[in-house]
Amino acid sequence: MKNRTKQTVPLLLIALSLLLIGAGTVRGEAQLVLTKAINICMECIGIG
Amino acid sequence: MAKKRTTLRLWVQAGWFALTNGYAKGFLEGKIYKGATKFVCVPGLNCYSCPGALGSCPIGSLQAVLDSGKFRFSCYVFGFLMLFGALMGRFVCGWLCPFGLVQDLLHKIPLFHKKKNLPGHQWLKYLKYVVLVLFVILLPMTVVGITGMGDPWFCKYICPSGTLFGGVPLLLSNPTLRSAIGWLFSWKMFLLVLIVVLSIKYYRPFCKYLCPLGAVYGLFNPVALYRLTVDQDKCVHCKGCQQVCKMDIPVWEKPNSVECIRCGDCKTFCPTGAIHSTLEQLRVKPYGGIEAEKGGENK
Repeated sequence: MKNRTKQTVPLLLIALSLLLIGAGTVRGEAQLVLTKAINICMECIGIG
Repeated sequence: MAKKRTTLRLWVQAGWFALTNGYAKGFLEGKIYKGATKFVCVPGLNCYSCPGALGSCPIGSLQAVLDSGKFRFSCYVFGFLMLFGALMGRFVCGWLCPFGLVQDLLHKIPLFHKKKNLPGHQWLKYLKYVVLVLFVILLPMTVVGITGMGDPWFCKYICPSGTLFGGVPLLLSNPTLRSAIGWLFSWKMFLLVLIVVLSIKYYRPFCKYLCPLGAVYGLFNPVALYRLTVDQDKCVHCKGCQQVCKMDIPVWEKPNSVECIRCGDCKTFCPTGAIHSTLEQLRVKPYGGIEAEKGGENK
């Protein structure tokens, strides 16, 4: 049972993560990430 | 055998870096890639302002969502963090992170007497959780301007990966950006140089003490699909696994420590072959069933 639980937990987490990614996409977060990523991030490169 | 594994790891790290930072034109023209693949977060600390980057840094993306003033929680980025974490935990740090590769290479430079940890390691190792909570989550969410937007505090004031892979190549190839250099760039260069010098003497100081991404993935180490197991029937408690471990983990006691970056040095060294990964357990042995499960798991 212990081993079975250890095998099940990561699979449940993976399923949950896919749901979260889907929910985030619907909420518009993916677009926000893309917008940030395709423009030079002045703060990231140290110009601010 | 150990050397062979280290070489394989270096090739995987370099190959992954080339694959996820393959926009060569960006390096030549001082621009960044603007394609749709940047929707996707890559597993490692890989600045999306690196001219070659084809994906997004999960830590940068998390701050971008939280400091936008539109969301109090990022389903999307936490989803990616959970996905990579549940699949492989800190295997990402050991095999797929560009800044991890840089630190590995620096530690090979034959300068200084090599040491595993900085003085105060037992306390300093918790600093990365402070960085995660404060600089990645709380400050970007709470310190906001009149527009309701905050700053990506970790990227802005700490991240040496952004300076090295984003700042330096962009400034070298883009004169307009060069003219905008100020005190912030000096501060970030100072931090980068400090981490570079420390990495020559100490093994992966940034991963051990500062990296918020390692802090997140470490929490998944005990429950990820990729884990280590110790066969207690075979283990002779020689502590050789801890001696070869550059992250200084007592593997025989805690094979799934939050600090383990899954480099595999302990597995290669173990004189009795007591350390296995869950991937090996999936491999059915002839006549013996699943060999690694015989002694049970020590976590």
